[in-house]
Amino acid sequence: MKINDLLNQTSEWLKSTGPNSDIVMSSRIRLARNLDKMPFPNWADKKQKEEVLGLIEGAVNKVDFLKGTSIFRLAELDSIDKQFLIERHLMSYEHAQKADHKAVIIDQEEIISIMINEEDHIRIQVMHSGLDLFEVWSIINRIDDCLAKELPFAFLADWGYLTACPTNTGTGMRGSVMLHLPALVMTRQINRVLAAIAKLSFTTRGLYGEGTQASGNFFQVSNQVSLGHSEDEILEGINGLIRQIIEQENQARDALRSQNMALLEDRISRSFALIKSAHIISSQETLDLLSMVRLGSDLGMIKDIDRRVINELFIITQPAHLQKIENKKLSAQERDVKRAELIRNRLYK
Amino acid sequence: MLCDICAKNQATVHLTEIVDDQMTELHLCEECARQKSIQMEQQFGLSDLLAGLAEFEKPALQKEAVLLKCSNCDLTYTDFKKIGRLGCSECYSTFRKYLGPLLKRIHGSSLHLGKSPLKVTKALKKKIDLSSLRYELQKAIEREAFEEAAKIRDQIRELEKKQAQDNIEAKE
Repeated sequence: MKINDLLNQTSEWLKSTGPNSDIVMSSRIRLARNLDKMPFPNWADKKQKEEVLGLIEGAVNKVDFLKGTSIFRLAELDSIDKQFLIERHLMSYEHAQKADHKAVIIDQEEIISIMINEEDHIRIQVMHSGLDLFEVWSIINRIDDCLAKELPFAFLADWGYLTACPTNTGTGMRGSVMLHLPALVMTRQINRVLAAIAKLSFTTRGLYGEGTQASGNFFQVSNQVSLGHSEDEILEGINGLIRQIIEQENQARDALRSQNMALLEDRISRSFALIKSAHIISSQETLDLLSMVRLGSDLGMIKDIDRRVINELFIITQPAHLQKIENKKLSAQERDVKRAELIRNRLYK
Repeated sequence: MLCDICAKNQATVHLTEIVDDQMTELHLCEECARQKSIQMEQQFGLSDLLAGLAEFEKPALQKEAVLLKCSNCDLTYTDFKKIGRLGCSECYSTFRKYLGPLLKRIHGSSLHLGKSPLKVTKALKKKIDLSSLRYELQKAIEREAFEEAAKIRDQIRELEKKQAQDNIEAKE
């Protein structure tokens, strides 16, 4: 598989096939693992990092379950390719910085990705459409078990898996669910919900993870604590919380419909009209308008457009995707024109 | 207005920074702003928070910790406080005394209840082998197949001896 092959397919997590995939975009789990005694990537010298990279590549090649994955050394990718993988959520922004002795392993459906030499030696990530944490766990647990047969993982009986940052020690697990919550934002209830999430020691972040702002009404909820609870307990906790947020969003949607139908229809129809007819559009405006279109499709006000097409537009209108599609570097102004063209084509198709 | 950093793209983000009572205004394009915000996040992010958490109430303990250095990777406690990241898995043993309270403050617990790597469950596998051998021994005796039973008995003794050794090693 080549990076360019990804351009012609839809990532599994965007397909809108999972449970509750109207409000829940995707479920993701990542596990942090390190090799015993080998210095962590940020503290290792070049030789040590290269050795770790070789050891992990070798182990991955031995695992049957990971046959059909492709490995990409980051030093061999250009900056647009790296940005492209970040936009598809296949690797972190941090991973793309200082690319030497790093790699990312991706499966064909873009469900699995494994980062080598990010903050930890190994970061396994599995992603599915909708609210599907337990299925995701069964896949990632299996990958972890297979790799543990080939590699000596750093582990202490009382502290669990040992990670570069003590905030990940223990299970080394972070479960994240990406939610689309336009009605809670429109009814100004979102801050109350976010405050409640924080109180329960979960965190909320934007579409692109750590340090990013919520835009397009997307919120990523994940666990903060990784030690002192089993993986199942942590996932049960997230799952229960997400079910409550879904309930709240549905109530807010009902309230909007019953109390302010005209306003709701106005915002959705105007957004749809605008995005279909724009010839220059920024990525921020795209996210905001698409969010309304997505809500319109959920509520049955916008028909004939598959949610999968809308989901995909959130990603393929990002800068690196536009430049890959056009197969050349584009300035911000050129991108705004191409973005509008791409959206018109997709929505009229 | 062009971006102050790359001077190529149109500036769309306007940032006011106050450093030592000096106010500076930055006009950035979308991309440079994103880079800048990640830099700021890294600078004032987690490592400061961790360093703060790792401060001790008793200065004596602090002095003691500063002298520590991991024999496997040479990371000192001062390094850890500066970067907020450990150097290798052995650091957890080197700084155990100080990390325990820190883990408790971060997670509200310092006891792992999650899964273990398969390596650890090898002990479990041995246990399973042992119990199945004992079952076979009982069956052989019932059948009065004493020669076979003696062989199984020797196997059991061998395994038990190994397990006792493993236990001693594990304790050490």
